[in-house]
Amino acid sequence: MATHAHITVLANTLIDADPVDYAIVGIYFAFVLGIGFMARRRVSNSVDFFLSGRSLPAWVTGLAFISANLGAVEIMGMSASGAELGLPTVHYFWVGAIPAMLFLGVVMMPFYYGSKVRSVPEFMLRRFGPGAHLVNAISFAVAQLLIAGINLFLLASILEALLGLPMFVALLLAAGIVLSYITLGGLSAAIYNEVLQFFVIVAALLPLTLLGLHRVGWWDGLTARITSAAEDNPAGPTAEQQLNSWPGQALSGFDSSLWSVVGIVFGLGFVLSFGYWTTNFVEVQRALASDSISSARKTPVIGSFPKMFVPFITILPGMIAAVLVVEMADLKAGGTPSGGASGTVTYNDALILMMRDLLPNGLLGLAITGLLAAFMAGMAANISAFNTVFSFDLYQDYIYKDGSDDHYLGVGRIATVAATVIAIGTSYFAAGFPNIMAYLQTLFGFFNAPLFATFILGMFWKRMTAAAGWIGLVAGTLAAVLVAYLSEDAFGSFSIGVIPLAGQGAAFLAASVAFIVDVALSFVISLVTKPKPEGSLVGLVYSETPADVRTDPKEASYPWYRRTVPLAGVSLAMVIALNIIF
Amino acid sequence: MDDKKAKKTAGALDVRNIIGMLMAVYGVILVVLGIFSDSTGPKSGDVNANLYTGLALLVTAAVFFGWARLRPLVVPQDVDADREATPPPGDPH
Repeated sequence: MATHAHITVLANTLIDADPVDYAIVGIYFAFVLGIGFMARRRVSNSVDFFLSGRSLPAWVTGLAFISANLGAVEIMGMSASGAELGLPTVHYFWVGAIPAMLFLGVVMMPFYYGSKVRSVPEFMLRRFGPGAHLVNAISFAVAQLLIAGINLFLLASILEALLGLPMFVALLLAAGIVLSYITLGGLSAAIYNEVLQFFVIVAALLPLTLLGLHRVGWWDGLTARITSAAEDNPAGPTAEQQLNSWPGQALSGFDSSLWSVVGIVFGLGFVLSFGYWTTNFVEVQRALASDSISSARKTPVIGSFPKMFVPFITILPGMIAAVLVVEMADLKAGGTPSGGASGTVTYNDALILMMRDLLPNGLLGLAITGLLAAFMAGMAANISAFNTVFSFDLYQDYIYKDGSDDHYLGVGRIATVAATVIAIGTSYFAAGFPNIMAYLQTLFGFFNAPLFATFILGMFWKRMTAAAGWIGLVAGTLAAVLVAYLSEDAFGSFSIGVIPLAGQGAAFLAASVAFIVDVALSFVISLVTKPKPEGSLVGLVYSETPADVRTDPKEASYPWYRRTVPLAGVSLAMVIALNIIF
Repeated sequence: MDDKKAKKTAGALDVRNIIGMLMAVYGVILVVLGIFSDSTGPKSGDVNANLYTGLALLVTAAVFFGWARLRPLVVPQDVDADREATPPPGDPH
């Protein structure tokens, strides 16, 4: 730039930001806060604001649906995994997300929507009673605190990279920003912000990817450089493994290609991803807020279309970083380059280092904005989901029943602050994992896999009893924890390594074991305990729910591209095509 | 809400207009940077990344403004009277 005037708060910043970059970040926050204030002012006397939200075409709800998930973990974690393992990382999208999103829309959404529950734990309460509800609410609350810690850690690392702050100060600052964001912006503006955030992220990551491809010589140049890097480093995954999505041994950690495919399809594609997408309160609630059963079903289906192309702006830049960024290439070749967010470069720094090396000031500001927006939205979603479940599903149901609305609002505020403080603690766990994605998958194995097993069994088998509900959940979670403890590194340094599996493979195995233990135990216990009376299961169990409660009568009159099932078919065909091409 | 004939549109609160505004502001900033500062360099492989991204953002903004203008969101008349019981309006397609 002609007018070079660097603002460097402390000496060693990773990224050289200009005033114009800070201005771009500032403009975004002005927009976000503006939406928050408008929402607050309007809500008291008019529904214009919310109505314009509710009457938006389904593509907007669909975008909000995937945007709620397109947080720090997704962006940094996927690029980290792309840098380390290459193309097999796409399984998180094409196997690990799309089929489950379609299943949620086509099969499960009618039960959520039809039973009129407000949260996933509430569904457990209606189907299985207090035991399963309590277990689910507690495990969900704990999971949210741990995931909020991951988001906070990533947010703090970008603040550190940007401003050169020490990690602890960056953590406090990041926590403070999120806290004020939740209080000021409020949940009411969440969907608007999520849609806005989606476009900022695309506007930031797409040019980064294209510039990276341009620098390495497009796809041919990238394959050539990954191949030669892999030949120089026989210890790492081979070029063949990095450049083809299947069989994906680098991702699963299995030596056998057959077991790798089984692990990915069953562990990631079935247990982990169905567990995540179909029972995650944050995700499901986006769809529950829509106007009809038809829109609710279409929300995840429409979201699946942009979702299948997200890997091209997250994983691909990671793969480019591994050959283009000097420190990344060094790390991958077995070195321990210094720098990065934690003193030593890790794969989690892939995207930040790409931004440093490729983006001119201006675009750099846009990229920083996109990352900050995603991190804050992700953590805000965790904290507010925690807050809702804690205040209503735990505190109100089990601790203090007859309080006033103000009382619960007050509890909610305290819970928000407490959750933020706890997240600072849990962020140190996250910092201890070299690959954030593996840590996250381990957590999902503990919490989501058993939940999904209990859910799917309870939804299709009316004989399943209340006792089976909660015992299955507890046993499934304990089984997953045990497997993680016995594996090589699913618990970081706590694991003892009896089972020779590391990385994501250990997470897949833990999730699969949790699922199987939950289903088997639930089955046995159901046979020896008393089932719920039949009449109480309408809207909760498939065979007890009349077809007209499950479907939207108007949907048959829509053209095919506005109906759930044909849209889901198109999405599935596209994702199969992507799997074949790569 | 008193005038039953006047169509009430969401206007600036339409999310498409909000997206359009943000994209337009960013587009202008990047185009100006692309023209007046030396954004091409070895970093971006001698491509004027700011300029092209800025132009793409302006096009995106125009698409969103155009879309919001062609198919404005209309707030139904009966909403303000009874917001709880109102059936939500259909998809504006």
